[in-house]
Parts: sequence; structure tokens; C-alpha cells
Amino acid sequence: MMPDLGRYALEVSAAYVGSLAMLAALVGWVWWRGLRTRRALEAVEMRAKRQ
Amino acid sequence: MTSRSQPSSLWEYANPVRFMRLSDWLLPVVALGAVVLTAIGLIWGFFLTPDDFRQGSTVKIIFLHVPSALMAINAWIMMLVASLIWLIRRHHVSALAAKAAAPIGAVMTLIALFTGAVWGQPMWGTWWAWDPRLPSFLILFLFYLGYIALWSAIDDADTAADLTSVLCLVGSVFALLSRYAAFFWSQGLHQGASLSLQPGTRMDWAYKAPLYVAMAGFVLIFVALLLAGTRTEIRARRMKALIARERMQA
Repeated sequence: MMPDLGRYALEVSAAYVGSLAMLAALVGWVWWRGLRTRRALEAVEMRAKRQ
Repeated sequence: MTSRSQPSSLWEYANPVRFMRLSDWLLPVVALGAVVLTAIGLIWGFFLTPDDFRQGSTVKIIFLHVPSALMAINAWIMMLVASLIWLIRRHHVSALAAKAAAPIGAVMTLIALFTGAVWGQPMWGTWWAWDPRLPSFLILFLFYLGYIALWSAIDDADTAADLTSVLCLVGSVFALLSRYAAFFWSQGLHQGASLSLQPGTRMDWAYKAPLYVAMAGFVLIFVALLLAGTRTEIRARRMKALIARERMQA
């Protein structure tokens, strides 16, 4: 299934792997930060309700 | 007369509650669209496009380079609009949206720089050239880092929003320069626009069609991450307010 990238196989593969890794890291960071903040807010809201 | 659930003006989304309600159902739809369009665009571009007679298989890098460069510039333009809204109308959601857009724009700029370098090495014989467009993109990346650092360095959110908005106005010069550098100075290695509305277009539809799909995918990636990031910033702001209230009561 892999296309024949000829003599530029390394460059093209590196561009795709590197870019997709950066995108995945960005998506993961945004998702993780969102989850962490939501949980922290829930804890603070619970504490505020108890008071 | 409009009901309470239907906003009569776009400005009503500056209300964090309304924004959270809208983004709650919009985010999954946009995220799904982003995944589908980006996957189609990149798979089509990587597997199904022919090699270029000059560039060989490196032409496939364009499906990452052009969409990321597009979003690198447009993310800053979006931040500029949001910053102006903050400075003029003092809507907190717009300032928080600008803050949320910065890391996304920074990564898009980094991808554009990286793919450009990887393409440039075999095609130009160098990873980097001091031609007008490349340094203006590097400066744009540094502006993104400075913008993110400035937000982190200031505790008071309104002061941070004011100062970062001013930085954003200054950085807009480089965002526009990155876009038009190749036109301002007809020198350097970087070619002009890959896509043009002018007749006698320079790119064949075999490349143009997947490129448009990938570009649409990257736009939706940006919007999805922006919505998610803005929701996080709104929650973080509320949390900060609640903690401050707790401390005052203690």
C-alpha cells in the first residue's frame, strides 16, 4: 500500500511523521489540560457548595 | 422578539454560559469534521497523488506545509480580531479565545517551518535560507512564544489580556509579512502563492483537490482545538474566581 517515494522517501516520511506527531501532541495537550482543569473546577465547586 | 434560548446577536456568545452551551454540542461536530477531512486530505495527498516531474515525491509535503502555514497566519489574525474585541468591548471570552489560539498557532507555525525545511533541503539544497518569507515565519513563531510567555508571566487576567492584546497588534505586522513577503520582495528562494484565483493557475487539480480538503481539515482542527481551549480557559477563570472568594472568606 505504501507508495514508492523514490529517492526522497526519508524526507517525505519525516515530514509526515514529524508533523502528525506535533499535531497529536497538541491535541493530547489540549485534551489533558481540559480534563485536568474540569476536574479541578469540579473539586473547587464541591468545596464551595459545602461551605 | 427572541426567546431567551436564541441569541439575537453574536455578542451574546461573549457570555461564558452561552458560549459553553454552544460549544458543548458544536465541539464534537467540528472535531469529527476535522478528523474526517484531515484524514481524507492527507491520505489522498500521500497515497493517491502522482509525483511531480520536478519535485518528485516531495510534492506530497505540500499537503502538510500549505495548510499549516495557512493556519499559522490565520490563527494570529483570529487572535488580532479577538484582541481588538477585548480592547474595545472588554468581552472576557474573546480575550480567553485569543489566549487559547496561541499554542495552536505556534504548533502550526512550527509544522510549517519544519515541513518547509524538510522540503527545502532536497529541493533548494539547504534547510534554511534568509529569504524574506522564512525569517518572517520564524519571527511569527517567536511572537507566538512571547505571547504565551506574557500570558503566563502576569497574574492579573485583565492586565495580561491588555498587554497581550497590544503584543498581538504589533505581531500582526509579521503575520501579514509572512503572508505577503514573497510579493513585497521579489527575491529569495520561496515561490509565490501555491494557490491563486488568477487564470492560468499553476497547480494541477490532481494536487489542488486533496490540498483544498487538507486545508479545510486544518481549519476545522484549529476551530475544534480553539473551542476546547477556550472552554478550558473559561473554567480556569471561574476556578480562579472561586479560589479567590474562598480566600477572602477564610
